[in-house]
Amino acid sequence: MNLIEFPLLDQTSSNSVISTTPNDLSNWSRLSSLWPLLYGTSCCFIEFASLIGSRFDFDRYGLVPRSSPRQADLILTAGTVTMKMAPSLVRLYEQMPEPKYVIAMGACTITGGMFSTDSYSTVRGVDKLIPVDVYLPGCPPKPEAVIDALTKLRKKISREIVEDRTLSQNKNRCFTTSHKLYVRRSTHTGTYEQELLYQSPSTLDISSETFFKSKSSVPSYKLVN
Amino acid sequence: MIIDRVEVETINSFWKLELLKEVYGLISILPILTLLLGITIEVLVIVWLEREISASIQQRIGPEYAGPLGLLQAIADGTKLLFKEDILPSRGDISLFSIGPSIAVISVLLSFLVIPLGYHFVLADLSIGVFLWIAISSIAPIGLLMAGYSSNNKYSFLGGLRAAAQSISYEIPLTFCVLAISLLSNSLSTVDIVEAQSKYGFFGWNIWRQPIGFLVFLISSLAECERLPFDLPEAEEELVAGYQTEYSGIKYGLFYLVSYLNLLVSSLFVTVLYLGGWNLSIPYISFFDFFQMNKAVGILEMTMGIFITLTKAYLFLFISITIRWTLPRMRMDQLLNLGWKFLLPISLGNLLLTTSFQLVSL
Repeated sequence: MNLIEFPLLDQTSSNSVISTTPNDLSNWSRLSSLWPLLYGTSCCFIEFASLIGSRFDFDRYGLVPRSSPRQADLILTAGTVTMKMAPSLVRLYEQMPEPKYVIAMGACTITGGMFSTDSYSTVRGVDKLIPVDVYLPGCPPKPEAVIDALTKLRKKISREIVEDRTLSQNKNRCFTTSHKLYVRRSTHTGTYEQELLYQSPSTLDISSETFFKSKSSVPSYKLVN
Repeated sequence: MIIDRVEVETINSFWKLELLKEVYGLISILPILTLLLGITIEVLVIVWLEREISASIQQRIGPEYAGPLGLLQAIADGTKLLFKEDILPSRGDISLFSIGPSIAVISVLLSFLVIPLGYHFVLADLSIGVFLWIAISSIAPIGLLMAGYSSNNKYSFLGGLRAAAQSISYEIPLTFCVLAISLLSNSLSTVDIVEAQSKYGFFGWNIWRQPIGFLVFLISSLAECERLPFDLPEAEEELVAGYQTEYSGIKYGLFYLVSYLNLLVSSLFVTVLYLGGWNLSIPYISFFDFFQMNKAVGILEMTMGIFITLTKAYLFLFISITIRWTLPRMRMDQLLNLGWKFLLPISLGNLLLTTSFQLVSL
């Protein structure tokens, strides 16, 4: 690894052995035992699950799947995250102890994927909900691609500096947050579908007005908080 | 002047005596620390073995990149758990939550007191030896219950209750098996039990005299360790992680440690009770005649004893790890049926047989 590429290393780490070694030790221990949460909402989990088995064996990297978020270090958001799943995903993420990492697996969790154009229920990218460390594209990504993402995450962890983590940890952290989704009422008006499918000249100005109004009424930050 | 000098000398000698006492006090702690260190290293080895054996059973590779052959995997896990955030449940009982894992660890560690690793190489050769282990190991479910109750989580609570029910119901057949052994060797002390098996080498082992008892002991010690055919308290598919659900960081690490310490204790006890302890156990070849040794070479003898004990213990460990990664999990009612309706009558019958045999031979 070229040191010039990472100016952070020159800034914070001192030359003494004593101050750098615990940092390296904790980085090494974290990167070599990344326990993922058993979390899967769609087809990506099939690919993820084949990593547990003998062909792609992620135990080689020290990954042990945990079913309790309290013992997990890593969450691979395997599969489409819907608006209904979003609160529980955020809650699961918040239940994981620091330091924690997120790999957004698959196109659905990066941008919404094939649901990004016309779906009414998909979260367009999981990074609107939780901070993502590594984006792993694919629909679904191959297990080899997951291993590639894991390697990238391991590289990222190996470059980490403890002070940065503790700073981010000290931010406001709540036990439980009530994630209330904004409920739209005007979905069954009947004019809704006509706007999108064909635009008849008689209802054009009214429908486009309502369309933009309804689109602007659900900003993305309201889904999060 | 002469008297003065004598006085000074006596004072000096007393002072030396005090110093000696202090040194002696330190020395008496030394074996305990050595044992603790040895246990820690062995747990690390067992964790590595478990992961590698499970990997080879499932045709995987297992830990590969943490140290050579993944040997440092357990250390990496432990260090990571130490550095992780320690989450306390907001509406749980925090004091019980913290005490629970420590009670479990201490109760398991205490039972290493009576395990002889070599020829009279034991921390405390108590006359109630084996029963101390049984008495102390039944404290551990209290810790698990505390952990389950204080987490304020339904899965934890169910897991804690299951752990308590399981370890209480399997403690009884275990105790009966130990009773039969102690009847055969006329003593409860672990050292005496091993020496009673030393006469005919391999054929003098208690496993030949107590085959039923050995099987029952094996099954119920697996249940005591909460390993796979009986790992209902931590069943992932039903209860998220059982009583460990709310634990993170080093407190979870303690529970992880407890499970492997328990496994080590029970495999060592299988060695002591059924597999002839530290004896070389090859009939008609005494180890010490073979090497033409006098008593002065005690250290080699001790090392040999420890080596043989550990070899036998690791044999049992291998069997239990293989069982864990081969068999599916039982249901709760099947578990309790096996405990109360099958193992308990059989172990009672075994005890009755042994007692009548001993009475006849008297």
